Amino acid sequence: MNAALAPPPSAPPPAETPTHYLNANYGFRSWMFTLDHKRIALLYLASITLFFFIGGFYAVMLRLELVTPAGDLMSAENYNKSFTMHGVMMVFFFLIPSIPAVLGNFLIPLMIGARDLAFPRLNLLSWYIYMAGGMLTLYAMVAGGVDTGWTMYTPYSTTYSNSHVMVMAVGIFINGFSSILTGLNFIVTIHKMRAPGLTWFRLPLFVWAHYATSVIQVLGTPVIAITILLVALERGFGFGFFDPKLGGDPILFQHLFWFYSHPAVYIMILPSMGVVSELVTCFSRKKVFGYKFIAMSSVAIAVFGFLVWGHHMFVSGQSIYAGMIFSFLSFLVGIPSAIKVFNWTATMYKGSISYHTPMLYVFGFIGLFTIGGLTGLIVANLGLDVHLHDTYFIVAHFHYIMVGGAVMGYLGGIHFWWPKITGRLYPEGWARFSALVLFVGFNLTFFPQFLVGYLGMPRRYHAYPEEFQVFNVMSSAGASILGLGYLIPMIYLTWSWRYGKLAPPNPWGAKGLEWTTPSPPTTFNFEETPVVTEEAYAYAQEQETEESH
Amino acid sequence: MWTGFPLFPEAASTVAGGVDALYWFVIAISVFFSAGIFAAIFYFALRYSRKSLDEVPKPIHGSLALEITWSVIPFLITMVMFGWGTSLFFRNFHPPEGAMEIFVTGKQWMWKLQHPEGQREINELHVPVGRAVKLTMATEDVIHSFYIPAFRVKKDVVPGIYSSMWFEPTKPGKYHLFCAEYCGNQHSGMIGWVHVLSEPDYEAWLSGAPRGETMAQAGERLFQRLGCFTCHRADSPGRGPVLEGVFGSTVQLENGVKVVADEVYLRESILKPSAKTVAGYRTQMPTFQGQISEEGLMQVIAYIKSIARQERMNTPQ
Ligand code: HEC
Ligand SMILES: [Cu+2]
Ligand SMILES: [Cu+2]
Repeated sequence: MNAALAPPPSAPPPAETPTHYLNANYGFRSWMFTLDHKRIALLYLASITLFFFIGGFYAVMLRLELVTPAGDLMSAENYNKSFTMHGVMMVFFFLIPSIPAVLGNFLIPLMIGARDLAFPRLNLLSWYIYMAGGMLTLYAMVAGGVDTGWTMYTPYSTTYSNSHVMVMAVGIFINGFSSILTGLNFIVTIHKMRAPGLTWFRLPLFVWAHYATSVIQVLGTPVIAITILLVALERGFGFGFFDPKLGGDPILFQHLFWFYSHPAVYIMILPSMGVVSELVTCFSRKKVFGYKFIAMSSVAIAVFGFLVWGHHMFVSGQSIYAGMIFSFLSFLVGIPSAIKVFNWTATMYKGSISYHTPMLYVFGFIGLFTIGGLTGLIVANLGLDVHLHDTYFIVAHFHYIMVGGAVMGYLGGIHFWWPKITGRLYPEGWARFSALVLFVGFNLTFFPQFLVGYLGMPRRYHAYPEEFQVFNVMSSAGASILGLGYLIPMIYLTWSWRYGKLAPPNPWGAKGLEWTTPSPPTTFNFEETPVVTEEAYAYAQEQETEESH
Repeated sequence: MWTGFPLFPEAASTVAGGVDALYWFVIAISVFFSAGIFAAIFYFALRYSRKSLDEVPKPIHGSLALEITWSVIPFLITMVMFGWGTSLFFRNFHPPEGAMEIFVTGKQWMWKLQHPEGQREINELHVPVGRAVKLTMATEDVIHSFYIPAFRVKKDVVPGIYSSMWFEPTKPGKYHLFCAEYCGNQHSGMIGWVHVLSEPDYEAWLSGAPRGETMAQAGERLFQRLGCFTCHRADSPGRGPVLEGVFGSTVQLENGVKVVADEVYLRESILKPSAKTVAGYRTQMPTFQGQISEEGLMQVIAYIKSIARQERMNTPQ
């Protein structure tokens, strides 16, 4: 009798998709007013991608112009506006928010076993502030553009430029608050919301890196905000801060600007280092080598990063003794970065290494970051920087750090957590292929710039002497390959969101609380607050317990 | 157009060789370390590639000895680079005694150069080989940066102050002069040539170039035109102090401080008279900010310097 009511044993289980954060509710409002850190992360993902492609568009224009020595494709004015917008978009609206606002936002609560960030409303507000700043800057762009360079040196920016400096300044000023609030939110969350048992030294290194980054964001960003405000006051109302004709000091601006903008480099690279630490352990399936040294080197970088700004001003007329101290500290700040590279490499020793796409990005990161870091020793050197300052050598150096380092880490992270974020797997073959394209394109673009920089080609040149052409042609050719390397992931990732294979909760066999949740996670991440009983990256845990039987 | 594949800039000054040597040193160390890291990564990636899906390697927690080694060794190496680079910089910083002087003004978007003997050039600079040249530089507007790659020298020209740099060319030839600090629309057009001439060629150039009056003569004319002489008279102190002999002397200020009257001091005295008042005078001198160009200012200072020299020659020792 009862047997008739029971379903036949061969029938499939009801094909009902479980509820998760993406399908919990639908509609425009459900996104615009969401307080879910994961959805806010996706809002950021969409917006930084937009800004990245705008910044990229300008890069294409620059590289096209530089194919020939003469300034023939566009006017000098448009060239100057293009490199300004390229820099502003990439630095303030892509690189600085990239990993923290997307991956950090998505992952920090998941990694520490929390249901959300400490201040979900503040988190949403940060995104709105970011968009307001971004839109204002875009407005400055369409209204006619800005030609000060992203560095906005005075008195050019305050007195001489005839472009929309004010609007852009206000845009960047507003955007700063988004950065400050995100940092604050992360700091409080990491302090207060760790799951029981998750002590500081059990935290994933990704979280440590974000903690250090947040400290820089909170302490550094107010300085740039104030500086830009001073620029606006001088430009708009004739207050004399920087223009000597008004009784100001142009070098003061450079001190204030770099006091933030050097640490800002670490806002970009530290999170990327956090990503690499996660990836290298997972794809070596082995506990990270020297956990505490990697964690503490992030903190050391955050602290020392605040003390080296003067290395941008070696030829500005700054006292030679100040130059000496800044040079010394700049060498010093290289050491924690070196420690990280050595520890990642050592993590691979006697590991079980697989070559999935995220790991390819790790290889790319370590290779390019090493070159970026070592050329840093050249430009931190007083005796050499006199020649190299403001040449393409500098351009190459910081692109190795900020694209070769920060962007490689970002893409590696996006691929690694893509199954968690979307519940789908990306196509591995295409992904590996595009990682390779990126690596080749990147080196072809930026390596020649080291050479032409040492030859003496100044940066921000719309036209240049003929003997520099061969390097610029190589660079532009590389840039077109690089562009392709960005477009392919755009396409297959978007495709996989709908059509990719369904992802299991832990496709990589990775450690970390985020992988104990379903893919994609539910709105509140964890049914029950997890209790942590082991160190981070305890890949050998089961085996050890087996052995002890 | 194919112009070859130059890998290294011409080295045409006394400091270029030292800079290149240090560059090669840092490059060599960098290549050594990156090769080591790349080799290790390749080797580990191949040697320890995943053999079976369920293999779990033994954990290694770290090693204090290793951490100390790879912190201390890089630290020591970077300190060598730092020491070398800093001493090079310090050595290259101060111009040698008796360098010939040239005055540079940057202006959107050109370089104006004045020789003390009166020759004036725009975006071209003629100098003799084998003699140290000291540049005193000012800008009429924004920041520029005077850069001669073949000499490995560069210095920002910052509004409101005099910047200075020096070089000693070692090879006759024609070398690029760039503005390295972004300065607006025609930044990439703010370029020119430095012509390094052999001593006879230089003499020929000097005598061939239109000379006009010397800088000091031009300065004297300005001194008259701007009415400086009404207060600064040659013989007796008028409302302002006597300027004969003031250059290079130590001036006692109203606030008790003593300063050496160099170019920077003279410039400030003319543009911001109230910033440093000479002892015994009330601040009566009007500011000349905005009434005199940086070029003119350099001429006036050249004039004040010239009367200092005459003074010294006239006083019996
Ligand atoms: C109205 C009278 C007046 C005029 C005109 C004037 N000065 Fe002066 N100048 C003074 C007085 C008074 C001082 C001393 C107080 C001070 O240092 O400000 C002085 C100081 C100086 C000093 C510093 C001298 C020292 O011994 O340290 C220099 C240099 C100078 N003037 C140059 C000029 C030049 C160049 C001009 C013309 C462009 C000029 N002055 C026009 C009154 C004048
Ligand atoms: Cu810096
Ligand atoms: Cu210039």
